Amino acid sequence: MIENDAVVNVRGVHYAIGAHAIFKGLNMHVRRGSITAVMGPSGTGKTTLLRLIMGQIVAQRGHVTVFGKEVAALERRELYKLRQRIGLLFQNGALLTDLSVFENVAFPLREHTDLPEPVLRELVLMKLQTVGLRGAADLMPAELSGGMARRVALARAIVMDPEMLIYDEPFVGLDPISKGVIVRLIQSLNRLLGTTSIVVSHDVREISAIADHSYLLAEGKVMAEGSPAELCKGQTESVHQFMSGTPDGPVPFHYPAPDYFEQLLARSDA
Amino acid sequence: MALEVVAKVGAVALFLLRVLGQCIPALVRPQLIIRQIYNAGARSLVIIMLSGLFVGMVLGLQGYQLLQRFGSESALGMAAALGLIKELGPVLTALLFAGRAGTSLCSEIGLMGATDQLAAMEMMAVDPVRHVVAPRFLGGLIAVPLLAAIFSCVGLYGAQLVGVTMMRIEPGTFWSQMQSAVGLRDVHEGLIKSVVFGAACSLLAVYEGFHAEPTAEGVGLATTRTVVTSAVLVLLLDYMLTAAFL
Repeated sequence: MIENDAVVNVRGVHYAIGAHAIFKGLNMHVRRGSITAVMGPSGTGKTTLLRLIMGQIVAQRGHVTVFGKEVAALERRELYKLRQRIGLLFQNGALLTDLSVFENVAFPLREHTDLPEPVLRELVLMKLQTVGLRGAADLMPAELSGGMARRVALARAIVMDPEMLIYDEPFVGLDPISKGVIVRLIQSLNRLLGTTSIVVSHDVREISAIADHSYLLAEGKVMAEGSPAELCKGQTESVHQFMSGTPDGPVPFHYPAPDYFEQLLARSDA
Repeated sequence: MALEVVAKVGAVALFLLRVLGQCIPALVRPQLIIRQIYNAGARSLVIIMLSGLFVGMVLGLQGYQLLQRFGSESALGMAAALGLIKELGPVLTALLFAGRAGTSLCSEIGLMGATDQLAAMEMMAVDPVRHVVAPRFLGGLIAVPLLAAIFSCVGLYGAQLVGVTMMRIEPGTFWSQMQSAVGLRDVHEGLIKSVVFGAACSLLAVYEGFHAEPTAEGVGLATTRTVVTSAVLVLLLDYMLTAAFL
């Protein structure tokens, strides 16, 4: 029942880079109109999952469907049409550095529409107003703080009124005020525009405040899923470690290494 | 090693086809191409003109010394013009272009890749080859022949400065010898060479930038490869074209 309402469906996905397996039978779905959080320790493949959803890479096994279409089977032209229905916020904003804030937000409109200049201008200013940066329209990306750049990138992501918004680590490197602003924007955009949102993050506190459903990835699979409250109860030791931020546990503090004392003694012998 | 070279040539050829396929769509936005002609061409003008002037002056000095031995110093204008228009103009302009604009093109595209700007375009359903690569390739292709022409003209002025002003060759003889010896075929040869060199240098720069490792070291290595490969390729192509024109 839930899967019929899914905008994104990931079934039995296996993906490896060389001998290193990133996903070993990943299953998840994203319901229309929801805010879905994808969490997990660093290196668990959260960004790889986004790249699979956007068709930038193809899974070796399994299926990824977006808006009912098998992403891996799409030709370039169809993939580009699909991408026009999705807004992606990059971790670092990825603003085009040779264009002003206004032109960055206008970029998708200029590329995909033939809107007259006055209409385009109004649309861009409206989106910049939404993220609170109408006054920064003439600035260049180099003149923006990290939080402002992220908000401009968000305005650019929503300028085509996408059906789905994907946020890749939207809170990384931001001060508490900027984090709060981004949290509020994700929530309000989801409600006002009726978009489906996927937020990839490991900021448990921020994401718990807005997510309808959360997935916790680890060891190439979904380790736990449910509402943020359910995850916080932490049924297993691994989930509890991640949600409470304990430095050592099933995910060890130390990278695998030979015995500490043996290695030190061997060095002094040498 | 040989296999790697063949694979690289194949990859560059396939990339060229992809770029050529996007050149017509890129022409819809001429302002992007004009901007690249300005960046790669107009901004290289000072170095091209200065180099052209000094190369022409050296050519004037050396040519005068050599021709004087045979009592035919009046042929200096002809020798300088043929040397500049057919060889030195296109070749040196291409080498300077690879050093000045090629590195800039390569590192700019490489940094766009490292900062996810190219990926962002892909995700916005905009082909970066059409929006970023094709305008830069066309800009270089158009700029190099224009720069080569300017290089040759300034070089001729330099040769004239030495030959006529310093060495007291009769100006009428200097210019008339040049006029009678240089034909349209020589100008065509220089033009074709500079177009080919422009295409080769621009292609290598955008290829290396587009495929650079998205790290500071990766972009640096790609930039170095651009200059080295461009220089070797220009000299190789020059030999082949010169042989073809004989």
